[in-house]
Amino acid sequence: MEDCLSKKIEITVSEAEKRTGRNAMNMQETYTAYLIETRAVESQNEGQCSPVDSLWRRYSEFELLRNYLLVTYPHIVVPPLPEKRADFVWHKLSADNMDPDFVERRRIGLENFLLRVASHPVLCQDNIFYSFLTQEGGWKEMVNETGFQLKADSRLKALNATFRVKNPDKRFTELKHYSDELQSVISHLLRVRARVADRLYGVYKVHGNYGRVFSEWSAIEKEMGDGLQSAGHHMDVYAASIDDILEEEEHYADQLKEYLFYAEALRAVCRKHELMQYDLEMAAQDLTSKKQQCEELATGTVRTFSLKGMTSKLFGQETPEQREAKIKVLEEQIQEGEEQLKSKNLEGRDFVKSAWADIERFKEQKNHDLKEALISYAVMQISMCKKGIQVWTNAKECFSKM
Amino acid sequence: MEAEGRVPGPPLPPLPSGGGGGGAGAEPEPPACAAGAARAPPPAAGVLEFDDEEDDLEVFSKDASLAEANSFSPSMPISPSSMINQYKFEDEPELRDLFITVDDPESHVTAIETFITYRVVTKTSRSEFDSSEYEVRRRYQDFLWLKSKLEEAHPTLIIPPLPEKFIMKGMVERFSDEFIETRRKALHKFLNRIADHPTLTFNEDFKIFLTAQAWELSSHKKQGPGLLSRMGQTVRAVASSVRGGVKNRPEMFTEMNDYMETFSQKINVLDKIAHRIYKEEREYFNEMKEYGPIHTLWSASEEDIADSLKGVASCIDKCCKATEKRMAGLSENLLPIIHEYVLYSEILMGVLKRRDQIQGELDSKVDALANRKAEKDLITEEIGKLEDKVECANNALKADWDRWKQNMQYDMRSAFTNVAENNLHYYEECLATWESFLTSQTADLHVEEDSEDRP
Repeated sequence: MEDCLSKKIEITVSEAEKRTGRNAMNMQETYTAYLIETRAVESQNEGQCSPVDSLWRRYSEFELLRNYLLVTYPHIVVPPLPEKRADFVWHKLSADNMDPDFVERRRIGLENFLLRVASHPVLCQDNIFYSFLTQEGGWKEMVNETGFQLKADSRLKALNATFRVKNPDKRFTELKHYSDELQSVISHLLRVRARVADRLYGVYKVHGNYGRVFSEWSAIEKEMGDGLQSAGHHMDVYAASIDDILEEEEHYADQLKEYLFYAEALRAVCRKHELMQYDLEMAAQDLTSKKQQCEELATGTVRTFSLKGMTSKLFGQETPEQREAKIKVLEEQIQEGEEQLKSKNLEGRDFVKSAWADIERFKEQKNHDLKEALISYAVMQISMCKKGIQVWTNAKECFSKM
Repeated sequence: MEAEGRVPGPPLPPLPSGGGGGGAGAEPEPPACAAGAARAPPPAAGVLEFDDEEDDLEVFSKDASLAEANSFSPSMPISPSSMINQYKFEDEPELRDLFITVDDPESHVTAIETFITYRVVTKTSRSEFDSSEYEVRRRYQDFLWLKSKLEEAHPTLIIPPLPEKFIMKGMVERFSDEFIETRRKALHKFLNRIADHPTLTFNEDFKIFLTAQAWELSSHKKQGPGLLSRMGQTVRAVASSVRGGVKNRPEMFTEMNDYMETFSQKINVLDKIAHRIYKEEREYFNEMKEYGPIHTLWSASEEDIADSLKGVASCIDKCCKATEKRMAGLSENLLPIIHEYVLYSEILMGVLKRRDQIQGELDSKVDALANRKAEKDLITEEIGKLEDKVECANNALKADWDRWKQNMQYDMRSAFTNVAENNLHYYEECLATWESFLTSQTADLHVEEDSEDRP
């Protein structure tokens, strides 16, 4: 199997910069641009430093790239972008897109997106993707020339339409349920996590109030003064420690968010299957009804009610010539229909096969990533506990000297 | 006269039975409302024992470790007899000869009112007591009476605080179990502090409080300086409180005053902070309760990572319980102690004022002497008496102040050390939980890696 792009070149989103410019409606706007750097992977030779190529892209261009990939590879679970707007924030976090912390986390998320695409066996071979990384000017035009926009619109419509499929592949039905559940449970988790973070912040910060009071109180005490004063210092340390702790936890939340958004991508693949299946069923139905019509015309029996039949009864039978003509047309249509049905069937089966292969790949990736994320969460908790133990051990010593 | 017959009121739950050791499990649920509630005071101890006579005070300092084998633990109503056994006898075996417990709150309903009485059990070896064991029932009013009698008799001694009459903040119902339990603990502490005070312990009204039956106490209350004379005292006190006794106040008492003003400020702020911390911890606990189960819910849709998710859920639940313990520790130890010292700061300001008043009486008599040459002898005699009175008052206050400061230091040290220990236990428990989860996860990974290596 061909090596993924990620093995050949190093990709980083190394910087973020505020820019001002004019948008499509000639209004001034502020946005952030991200610097994408690429470098060929060196082959074990130190000292041989390959040159770094770089270009600037903004979030909307990433979006364009992703939409293109979604439309062009409907059987692939396309990696998601980091959130457009800050969601699941807790009170200290800013919901402002221009906030430096948000921009920083987005930078990391965009880099992650590129790496995911670059390491995907199918997506990494796409030219548009490669150009996105390497060709600053004219990229947008290149994307639009693929004509994917037309497909994009109908895809959007399809995703939102409701229709009943009679015989979907059960695996996809189950998968769709799973993706709904995943979405729901991760959202819930992220919401509660944000509230827990908020409360934890409160607990730590309130302890900071001790510092000043202890200090002022120690001024009037002789024996207790030293103990109080130094204990107060440790309380300040304790209160300050929560900032780093929660910042780290935001990265964990981002990892979960990625899979929240992945659930949508998963769902899209399932929907595509449903769409194709529905299409197939409709085509088959149509073919069957045409065959029936043909038969009826040929034998003269009316088995099913049809308006045409009624009107011809009311207004008189057709001439044999007219009937012959109709039969001929129908026969042509039937032949066409059968060919179409065959190819749709084939398409459908191919889709199922390749989609399911990617889904398996995705499942493995998901299990691996989530397990690691949970482990990293445990590591964070352990670190937080150790810090707590240190501070309170020191505080206890000070208190015992009061 | 209140009917103290056992008219069955709403049945109150039995208090947790006594047993040694720290009472982390004493309250099964976190208190519904923290703000303002007078929480149970833990042992005060750290007692200095005084010689019998007030004038010649010798101070023996007791080993602080004795105090820890404490009979003061009101969260476990240990019976007086078991308290005797717990007590370590060192240099002076007859040091503690009065053991008091307050327990068994009971509701009484009359036509006019509903009130609670508490059982007060006293065990003693003192000869002044006719019996060695007493059991009486007292209501809050009776405690108030005792306090005021003690203040009357010893205006410049530091009378321990009583739990407040009402709770202003918070929506704790007057007769909620929590409120009653908190009050019971505080009353227990109140009596024991008096018993422990070198002077107050021998007060006659105190003895009557501990021993008299209900009707006896009632009739005794009606005796003594009548309402009018008490009013007279108050009037005099008010009169001399107007700039009385400040002019010639000894330096030491001005220092005390300054100290108390600052201390009072700081302790009130600490009270607020401590309550705020409790509130934040409780809110954190509430959110955590929801956090763990989501992971369990998620595990139901997963296969490969189901175990990891369940593991995280279990860790979070354990940490949640640990946080509950931490909260309970706060409400059982730090909060009540700080609250007591808020009350103490008011008491001490009052004591200092009363000393000033006594001084003021002397000062005004001295002024009178300067003006009226006629009744010189009489006034001189009165001045002599007042000088004695002032000296007594000053000495009493000075000694009691030193004692109070030492107790305060001990109480604060142990309360805050306890807070630190609670937090340490909390973090240690959480650490162990997460570490064991991590071990289980990484062990799995190693197993997976090994199995991949095999052909």
